[in-house]
Amino acid sequence: MSILQIQGVSKFYANHTALNKVSFDVPKGKIFGLLGPNGAGKTSLIRIINQITAPDEGQVLFNGEILNKEHIKNIGYLPEERGLYKKMSVYDQLIYFARLRGLNVKSAKDTIEHWLEKFEATTWKKKKIEELSKGMQQKIQFIVTVLHNPDFIILDEPFTGFDPKNTQLIKDEIVNLKNKGASIMLSTHRMESVEAICDEVVLINKAKVIIQGSVNEVRSSLKDNTYEILYQGNLNLSAISGIEVKSQHEKEGVHQLTFSYNIDPKSGLQQFSNQDVVIKSYREVLPSMQEVFLTLTESHE
Amino acid sequence: MNNIWIVTSREYLSRVKKRSFILMTLLAPLLIAAFYGAIIWVSVNDNVGSTEKTIVVVDPQHIFENKIENPAKMSFVFRDNYSITDLVNDNSVDGFLEFPADYKLGDDFALKYQSMKSLSVNDNNKIKDAFGSLLREQKLQNLGITQTAIDSLRVDVSINEFKVDEDGNSKTSNIGINTALGMGLAVMIYFFIFLYGVQVMRGVIEEKTNRIVELIVSTVKPFQLMMGKVIGIAAVGLTQLGIWVILTSVLMSVISVIFGLNMANAPQVSEVANNPAMQDMNGNVAEALTAFYNLPLLKIFTSFLFYFVGGYLFYGALFAAIGSAVDSETDTQQFMMPITLPLVFSFVISFSVVINDPNGALATWLSIIPISSPIVMMVRIPFEPPIWHLLLSMGVLLISILGIIWLAGKIYRTGILMYGKKPTYKELAKWLFYKN
Repeated sequence: MSILQIQGVSKFYANHTALNKVSFDVPKGKIFGLLGPNGAGKTSLIRIINQITAPDEGQVLFNGEILNKEHIKNIGYLPEERGLYKKMSVYDQLIYFARLRGLNVKSAKDTIEHWLEKFEATTWKKKKIEELSKGMQQKIQFIVTVLHNPDFIILDEPFTGFDPKNTQLIKDEIVNLKNKGASIMLSTHRMESVEAICDEVVLINKAKVIIQGSVNEVRSSLKDNTYEILYQGNLNLSAISGIEVKSQHEKEGVHQLTFSYNIDPKSGLQQFSNQDVVIKSYREVLPSMQEVFLTLTESHE
Repeated sequence: MNNIWIVTSREYLSRVKKRSFILMTLLAPLLIAAFYGAIIWVSVNDNVGSTEKTIVVVDPQHIFENKIENPAKMSFVFRDNYSITDLVNDNSVDGFLEFPADYKLGDDFALKYQSMKSLSVNDNNKIKDAFGSLLREQKLQNLGITQTAIDSLRVDVSINEFKVDEDGNSKTSNIGINTALGMGLAVMIYFFIFLYGVQVMRGVIEEKTNRIVELIVSTVKPFQLMMGKVIGIAAVGLTQLGIWVILTSVLMSVISVIFGLNMANAPQVSEVANNPAMQDMNGNVAEALTAFYNLPLLKIFTSFLFYFVGGYLFYGALFAAIGSAVDSETDTQQFMMPITLPLVFSFVISFSVVINDPNGALATWLSIIPISSPIVMMVRIPFEPPIWHLLLSMGVLLISILGIIWLAGKIYRTGILMYGKKPTYKELAKWLFYKN
């Protein structure tokens, strides 16, 4: 089941094409990574989903219906840069955005209270945004995004400005929202976060979709038959046939060997276990999202 | 509509709550009242600031003694001789005057004044006047003109103006009051447009650079956002104006009452009454007040409100459009020029051409063209231009406001979502025709 279906969407500007027949589905109740280098067309797509602009071709379905103004109350958006009034107090600001999203002041108050407590921010209420640190501002921005309890949340670089502790806090919160049934679209350049929390991803480059699927699928699609083994003891490499060593390291008695097979991997592992070594771990090395990202965006240059 | 209201109330409340706004709103009337009070105080206590001067005239031939009149706050003392040493030793004397030893009454001459402190312009004039008028009378007498004839030559012309309306009623009118009122109101509109127009622009730039628009325009149409801001800031201006009017009039009447009581109790009251100059001044004030109340105050006030708001809307929308087109305030210069130039131009023209010929052709045209009408018409109104000029001017302004808001809305809509490069005028023109 998809919360969002992008169907053949194109957007043209005077001198360039921002999106070229882009199609993909965003699954319901999952964290979906929207990846791509700067200028790939992510912002244009997000603007279309937010109904700030309309596509020149194609259509977007939200919960199976053609996207319309009614859906805005079900969408939360965290922009990449702080979208807050610097001179306005935290509380007034939250009330303002809540009202614009159709909440009445009374129910907004409870939600705001709840979130401020969650982020240990109740004492900031009267403070102006400009008096807060970057991380604190980002927390308020996050509350603005979710305070109307949207079904679909778009997060554009949500971790900017956070220290590791707060990054973890926000990550946990994102997963929390997912567990409560929200669908999340995460646009970020931090590939380690994508690996950590995304279920599915789409990679866009130069206005086109390059690859999409689950994180594992995407990584596997670029696997190059590389394996890694960690062991203790003395390994007689010359006794092992059909492998090509890529690198060898040793640290505190633990050896790390990366290699590729020229033979069937099944029989390959047999050769290692026949030797007089203690195997600590053995795995196929999948390229990291970072590598996938670099490889795919470069090959399409 | 509901959204415009939410935006408007945010724009209004966030500004009205600011400390700087509260401070300005309360301080300005206090300053005006303090200024007003100071003027009254100085005019009531006339001796403030200038003390009685004693000036020695070295007059061994007794040419001037008993002939010259003492000017106000200055008395001449005549001596046969006086030296610098005497001046240094005598604290009661402010300075001494010498004239050429071979002087005969009726000749022109240069006085030599020596003192420890230099002469003020005022005192300088008093001395020149005193000696000059004596000299002139002496010369006239030398020509064989009698003192009676000389006295009868003094003329005093003043114009008592009356404004006659179509029904033939005539009312006291005063060019000074008309000028002051017109200029005062025009100045207020000028500054209001500038100060609050720039606030609109800053607000738009803030929302754009902070990407707040990206959050808002999905729920609020760009046009609603722009109008909410423009209207909200107008409400701030009207609030400030309202508080100023109320506070200033309250404070001023309080001050008047205080000084009124003082004047009644003070012993100098008889002095004031006996002083013809003071009486004259009171007469002038009374006449000016009558002239003021004879003006069509209701018409002036309503027109002022109209042009105050109308001028602001006209320019405010343009300021909003500029704000949307740029990424930072430093980029605004290029686009500000075409807006500030006509404003400054109408301001300057008002104070030169219009004020001298308020019902002339240039004044008439400028008071109808919307880029200058809010300021120029305000200067003209106390001079009671034909009513159809006023109505035409208001109508033209109203239609132009709608046009300008429509135009600004188009630029704004595209501009707030464009980042990066500074657009050219050509691009701005293109934005007008973009479809959404």
